[in-house]
Amino acid sequence: MKMMMKTLFAALACVLFVAASPLKSGYEVGDTVADFKLKNVNGKMVSLSDYASSKGVIVIFDCNTCPYSKAYNDRILELNKNFASKGFPVVAIQPNDPAISPGDSFDEMVKLAEKKKYDFPYLFDETQSVAKTFGATNTPHVFLLKNNGGKFSVAYIGAIDDAPRDASGVSKKYVEEAIDAILGSKEVPSTKTKAIGCTIKWKNA
Amino acid sequence: MRKLLLILGFVLPASVFAQQAEIVKLKQLQDHINRQTDNIKIINFWATWCAPCIKEMPLFEKIGAERKDVEVTLVSLDLDLNPKPETVYRFIDRKKIQSKVLILDEKDPNVWINQIEKGWSGAIPATIIINGKTGQRKFVEKELHEGDLEKLIAEIL
Repeated sequence: MKMMMKTLFAALACVLFVAASPLKSGYEVGDTVADFKLKNVNGKMVSLSDYASSKGVIVIFDCNTCPYSKAYNDRILELNKNFASKGFPVVAIQPNDPAISPGDSFDEMVKLAEKKKYDFPYLFDETQSVAKTFGATNTPHVFLLKNNGGKFSVAYIGAIDDAPRDASGVSKKYVEEAIDAILGSKEVPSTKTKAIGCTIKWKNA
Repeated sequence: MRKLLLILGFVLPASVFAQQAEIVKLKQLQDHINRQTDNIKIINFWATWCAPCIKEMPLFEKIGAERKDVEVTLVSLDLDLNPKPETVYRFIDRKKIQSKVLILDEKDPNVWINQIEKGWSGAIPATIIINGKTGQRKFVEKELHEGDLEKLIAEIL
């Protein structure tokens, strides 16, 4: 009996251990992206499926408060200006928990979008489920999506370019190069880069 | 008079700051991280604008002051966004930081991040804990809390 109990406990411990170990989460390049629906700063809901007719979408996890986000703000506006007309509009998603980062509340998002004249959606990922599904870790963090006949897949993950401090010092425009490659039916030169930035402020568990 | 002011301008800042953080390139930082020692090396990546980094900083200051077998290095990434190191100097002075501070001067994060730690997404705070004798290391990319450093150190002993 004692032996059996021991085995049972050991088995139970194994089960618990497996359940407790974190699952590998987040998209990799090539993965198909699930649809999502989030509230935009204009109060309307926006879904990925709304973009079914575009060639792709530049999804950027971004926020109001991170100095890297601020440094990239104009470059993100520029991306939308240059690539929305070519079929790759920007969709920005703010995943930070306002309880930890008050400057990232929905009201503050509305203010920033108005001040900077965002001409792309700036969505609030209130439950943080979209950021988790994507595997976003910091802001700004780009996931370039490619439309394959109605299904979006990830074509590039990472930074916007290689010079956070200074837009004039950029030598590699990762996102632009990836889009140009897709438009020219070529291989994306770098599919994954590392983007330095601020950690996403996750809700306290 | 102008000359005097000029001289004062040079002398004063150096004496006002508690320590002058060294500006380093990736190679120097790597040499520092990989240097031989019998101690435990803690390398923390931070920036003056990073709130969670500032919050956890007292933990590094405390363990560095209390344990003779722990060498703490705080690597500032401020230059990544702001070309003026004075912001970091002023911070060190104001907070009376005792740990060694290095300021990394590198441009393309996508190149240097991988050279330091492959598993690093690029978010800060991030911390590497290394057993100086065995080279065994632990990497964490999150804000640390009371007791976390001790646990991480125990994992590499």
